[in-house]
Amino acid sequence: MQFIRIAVHIGILYMFYAIGTWIQHTFGLFIPGSVLGMILFLILLLTGVFDPRWVEAGAGVLIKHLPLLFLPITVGVINYLDLFKGYGIWIIIIALVSTALVMFSGGFVSQLLYRKEKRGEAS
Amino acid sequence: MNYVIGAASLIATLLIYIVCRKINQRYPSPFTIPVLVGTVIIVIGLLVFDIPYETYNIGAKWINELLGPAVVALAYPLYKQWDMLTKNIIPILTSVVVAAIVGVGSGVLLAKWFGFGHDIIYSISPKSVTTPVAMDIAHSIGGVPSLAAVFVMLAGIGGAVMSSYVYKFTKIDGFLGKGLGMGCASHAIGIAMAMENSEEEGAAATIGMGMSSIVVSIITQPLIWLLV
Repeated sequence: MQFIRIAVHIGILYMFYAIGTWIQHTFGLFIPGSVLGMILFLILLLTGVFDPRWVEAGAGVLIKHLPLLFLPITVGVINYLDLFKGYGIWIIIIALVSTALVMFSGGFVSQLLYRKEKRGEAS
Repeated sequence: MNYVIGAASLIATLLIYIVCRKINQRYPSPFTIPVLVGTVIIVIGLLVFDIPYETYNIGAKWINELLGPAVVALAYPLYKQWDMLTKNIIPILTSVVVAAIVGVGSGVLLAKWFGFGHDIIYSISPKSVTTPVAMDIAHSIGGVPSLAAVFVMLAGIGGAVMSSYVYKFTKIDGFLGKGLGMGCASHAIGIAMAMENSEEEGAAATIGMGMSSIVVSIITQPLIWLLV
């Protein structure tokens, strides 16, 4: 029974994804269909049109096992192993350094402003 | 024959993922996260048995098919954390814009200083955003979409592995900062990592990924024009 519920929930979420993809292609947008589907679904949840219990179990399973869903894509690196030989190793290091900088700047700025606002509220 | 290969790569990927989860639970460390260990095991497996990626992907792409509905599902934690997110709209928007500029700018400049060609510079520029958006951006500015996807993957796995060290070193310890940093730097892989810590952090990461894919697609072209 639980398995069927999860399958139905994922089916509903897939429908939103399909609608999002359709919107993207119809209007030629750069935002991917999955993100458009998410925005649409979020609007329906916030306006109370859609009851979260209709997808809760399926959404939980998909989010819990997100790392599994990336594996087929990340394995695609196999076709580019040659690129990273010799001097190419530097481009990996650059990508990693740049990623750490993004993580730091995003985290630092939001934490700074968050604490400032909180202090403003307290005083 | 294709059905057999498809079913085999599908089942093998599932089993490897289950084993990787067990390894990560037994030996918790940034270096045992399933997306890193799983990728390494499958890549080595394909190389050892001389199986082309395209053959493996016949079955494995069905797993990938669930990524679309999974991104849609992220609306649910956003909905539950909506009050927290709207209350912090200024820190969120500001940090996403700063992180987007830092991400595109540092990638482009470092690649240029190290003497890499234009195709690589253009392909690395959108690495922090989710794969379909990054491929689109790379395509529109004259990069190589499939190469952009490789850099996206490096940013995702690399960010997930580095995050605990980056946050410890820079003393970023709040759920908002950690989540936004993960989402801006490592897209959906960062969200997966943040979700494991808490729903608040996961929601912050989701907003980070969503907003930054929009901001990065707007700023990449002008930044490249300015820096290259």
